[in-house]
Amino acid sequence: MTITDLKPGEIAIIDEFEAYMPPIKLLELGCLPGSSIEILIEAPINGPIYVNVNGSHIAIRRTVASQIGVLPFKSAEHE
Amino acid sequence: MSKSINVALIGNPNTGKTSIFNELTGLNQKVGNYPGITVEKKEGICKLSRGLRAHIIDLPGTYSLNTTSLDESVVVELLMNKNDKDFPEVVVLISDVENLKRNLLLYTQIKDLKIPVILAINMADRMLRKGIKIDVPQLEKDLDTRIALISARKKTGIDELKELMANYQTLSNQPVVDASRIAPDYFDRLKLAFPNEDLYKLWLVITQDTNFGEIDKKPLEEKSDFGTLSNAELKRLQHKETIVRYQFINNVLKQSYEVDLHAAKGLRATVDKILMHKVFGYLIFFLILLLIFQAIYDWSSYPMDFIDEQFAALGQWVKTTLPSGVFTDLIAEGILAGIAGIVIFIPQIAFLFFFIAILEESGYMSRVVFLMDRLMRPFGLSGKSIVPLISGAACAIPAIMATRNITNWKERLITILVTPFVTCSARLPVYLIIIALVIPAGTFLGFSYQALTLLLLYFVGFAAALLSAKILHHTLKLSNRQFFVMEMPSYKVPRIKDVLFAAVEKTKSFVYGAGKIILAIAIVLWFLGSNGYRQEFKNAEELVTERINTEGFSTQSQQYIDSQLAEVTTAERYTQLLQIQENAKQQEIASFKLEHSYIGVMGKFIEPMVQPLGYDWKIGIAVLTSFAAREVFVSTLSTIYSVGSEEEDTIKHRMAMEVNVGNNKPLFNFASGISLLLFYAFAMQCMSTLAIVKKETNSWKWPMMQLVGMTLFAYLVALLAYQILQ
Repeated sequence: MTITDLKPGEIAIIDEFEAYMPPIKLLELGCLPGSSIEILIEAPINGPIYVNVNGSHIAIRRTVASQIGVLPFKSAEHE
Repeated sequence: MSKSINVALIGNPNTGKTSIFNELTGLNQKVGNYPGITVEKKEGICKLSRGLRAHIIDLPGTYSLNTTSLDESVVVELLMNKNDKDFPEVVVLISDVENLKRNLLLYTQIKDLKIPVILAINMADRMLRKGIKIDVPQLEKDLDTRIALISARKKTGIDELKELMANYQTLSNQPVVDASRIAPDYFDRLKLAFPNEDLYKLWLVITQDTNFGEIDKKPLEEKSDFGTLSNAELKRLQHKETIVRYQFINNVLKQSYEVDLHAAKGLRATVDKILMHKVFGYLIFFLILLLIFQAIYDWSSYPMDFIDEQFAALGQWVKTTLPSGVFTDLIAEGILAGIAGIVIFIPQIAFLFFFIAILEESGYMSRVVFLMDRLMRPFGLSGKSIVPLISGAACAIPAIMATRNITNWKERLITILVTPFVTCSARLPVYLIIIALVIPAGTFLGFSYQALTLLLLYFVGFAAALLSAKILHHTLKLSNRQFFVMEMPSYKVPRIKDVLFAAVEKTKSFVYGAGKIILAIAIVLWFLGSNGYRQEFKNAEELVTERINTEGFSTQSQQYIDSQLAEVTTAERYTQLLQIQENAKQQEIASFKLEHSYIGVMGKFIEPMVQPLGYDWKIGIAVLTSFAAREVFVSTLSTIYSVGSEEEDTIKHRMAMEVNVGNNKPLFNFASGISLLLFYAFAMQCMSTLAIVKKETNSWKWPMMQLVGMTLFAYLVALLAYQILQ
C-alpha cells in the first residue's frame, strides 16, 4: 500500500524506505519512516496530494507519493 | 567607527524571516545580487547596544544544508567559507513556533559547523491560540544556545534578540549532534585522510554539488584512500543523517515542547477546504486573477497616462527652453524618451508585486501552485509558473521578475523564455488597428469576427508559450534535481510593511537593473531615426519646401489642411491657414527625414525581406522601431504617413489608402494584415523585456536566443500566412 491508495481523511504510518529512495527534501520536511501521515486534499485529475505528515503540511506529486509505502494506522500500533 | 559584526539570518521558508529582517534593519537595507548568479542578496545594518553594529544578511530560505537550488547553495557556500567578508560571527536561526521540530533540523546542521547559532522562535504570539507551551530554559540547555521568543507582527522580542546578538561571544559553538554516527568507519577513514579538516564540513563538501571556496573538491577527488562511496550510498547516508537528527530533536522536544491539540484553534482546515476546492478553488483563483489584471491593466493606465503626459510636456519644455540643436534633441527625444520608457513601467510592476506579495505573505500562493500544478505538468513546468505566465498578459517585464519564486532553475529559465509569447498590453494597439482594417465586420454566432480574431490572438500567444515550454523542456540540457515537494504554510494576514517593502524593492531593481539597458537602446534608436548620411536627409527642409512650392502639398497633407480648416470659423480661416500649412509642411519634412534617416535606409534595405510577408518599406520601418516597444508601431506609421496626430481613425483611414506598389492592391489587405498580426504575436520586439531577461538570467545568451528564435519563428509564420492567403 502506498500514499496514493489512501483517501482524504485517512491516516497511515510511513513504512521503511526500501527499493525507492525518496528525495531528501521529503525527509527534511518530516516525511520519515514511522511518521503518521494524513491525506488532506487531492487536486483533481491526478494532481498533487496535500498531506499532513508529522505535523508538516506539504504537497507532493503522485509520482513520488505512489512510491512511498505506508502501513495501516491500526496494525502499526500493534507493533 | 564602531565595531561591526556579521549576522546571518537563516531559516526555513515561511517563517517570517523577511519580516524580522525588515524589523531589524528598517530602511537601512539594500538588495543586490550575489556576484555572477541571480540569487537576491539582502543586507542591512542594525544598531546593537554598546556601540556595536550588526551587518545583517538575510539568506535565502532553506530547509536544510542539503542543496537543491542556487538559493540554497548560497547559504552553504557562505557558512563554509571563513574567508568570505560576509562570513557570520553569529547565525540567527529563525523558526516558526508551530513547526519548531522541522526548523530545528537546519539548526542542528549549522551548529555542527561550529558557528554560534541564536534560535529565534517567531510567531510566539500564536502560542496560546495553538495550545503550545515551551520550557525555554530547558530547551536552551538541550540545544546548547540562547533563545529569543519573538513576534515580528506584535514587535515583541526584537530587543531581546538584539541583546543576544550583542553578546554573541558568550554563545557556545559546539555541535549538538555527532553526524559521524551514521557511518563510523567511513568517518574514521575520512579523519585519517584529512586530519586537519572538520569532519562535518568534509561531509558537506562530499555530498553537496556546490562551489566551495575554502575546501576545494579537488583534493577529495585525488585522495580517495578513505574509500569513495557511490552516489546511492551517499544518498542513503544522507537519509540516515536526517533520521538521526530528527531522533535528537524528538528527544529534546519531548522535554520542553508541549502541544495541547484540544486547545489548538485554527482555520487552516476550513479555509483550505474552500480555497483548494475542486470547483470553488479554481473559481476563487480566477476572481483574484481578474482583480490583479484589473489593477495592472486598467488602474495602472491612469498613472501611466500621467507619466506619459508629464514626459511629453517635459520634452516639449526642453525643446522650447534650450537652444535648438543636436544636444537639445538628444535630451528631449533620446534621453527623456528613454527615461520615460523606464518610468512608464513602474505602476504595472508596483501593482503586480503588491498583489504577489499579498498572495505570498498570506500563504495563498502555495495553494495556487497546488491547484495549477496538474495543468502545467504536461509542459514541463509546475504550478509555480502560472502566475508569471498569466501576468505576462499585462506586461512581460513584471511577469519575468515574478519568476523569482520558481526555485527550480530550469523551470524558471523556461518560464522566462516563453513568457514574452503571451499577448501583452503593448500588442493591443497594434492588434486593434490592424483588425479594424482587415477583418470584416460580420458576426459568427453573435460574436463579431473582430472580437473573435482578438480572442484567437490571445489564445495563439498562450499556446505558443506552452508549446515552446514543452520543446525547451526536452531540449535544454540542464540538471533538474528538484522534485515537486512543497510546504503549505499556515494562513497569515500580510503585514503592510512587508508588502510595501517588496513592491518598492522590485520596482527599484527594475529601474536600476534593466533601466540602463533600456536607456541605452532608446538613445541608439533615437540616433538612427534622427540622423542620416544621405543628402536627402541633410537637405530635407529645402527639398520638401521646394516640392511643396512646385507641386503643392501631398494628397494626405491637403486632406489634413482641409479637415483642420473645417474646424475653424470663417473669420479665423485666413489667419489660421498659414499656421496649418506650416504644420503640414513640418509633418512632411519629418516624414521625409525619417524616410532618409539611418532607420529609413534600414527599412528600405530590409524591404526585399519583408516583401514576401506582404509589407513595404514603411511597415518595415515600423517593425524596426517596434523593437523599442511594440506600441511604437502606430506612432511610427503616423510619422511616416505624416498624419500629424495619433488619432486612431485618422491613421486607420490613411493606412486604408496605402497601395502595394507591386500588385496595386490595398497594402493592408486580409493576407498582409493576418501576416502582420501573426508577426507581432510571435516576434520578440521589446527592448525592455530583453533587458530584464539579461538581468534575471545574468547573461546575454538567453535574451539573444529569444530575439533570434522568436523573431525567426514570427517571420516564418507570417511568411506562410501571407503566401497561403494572398
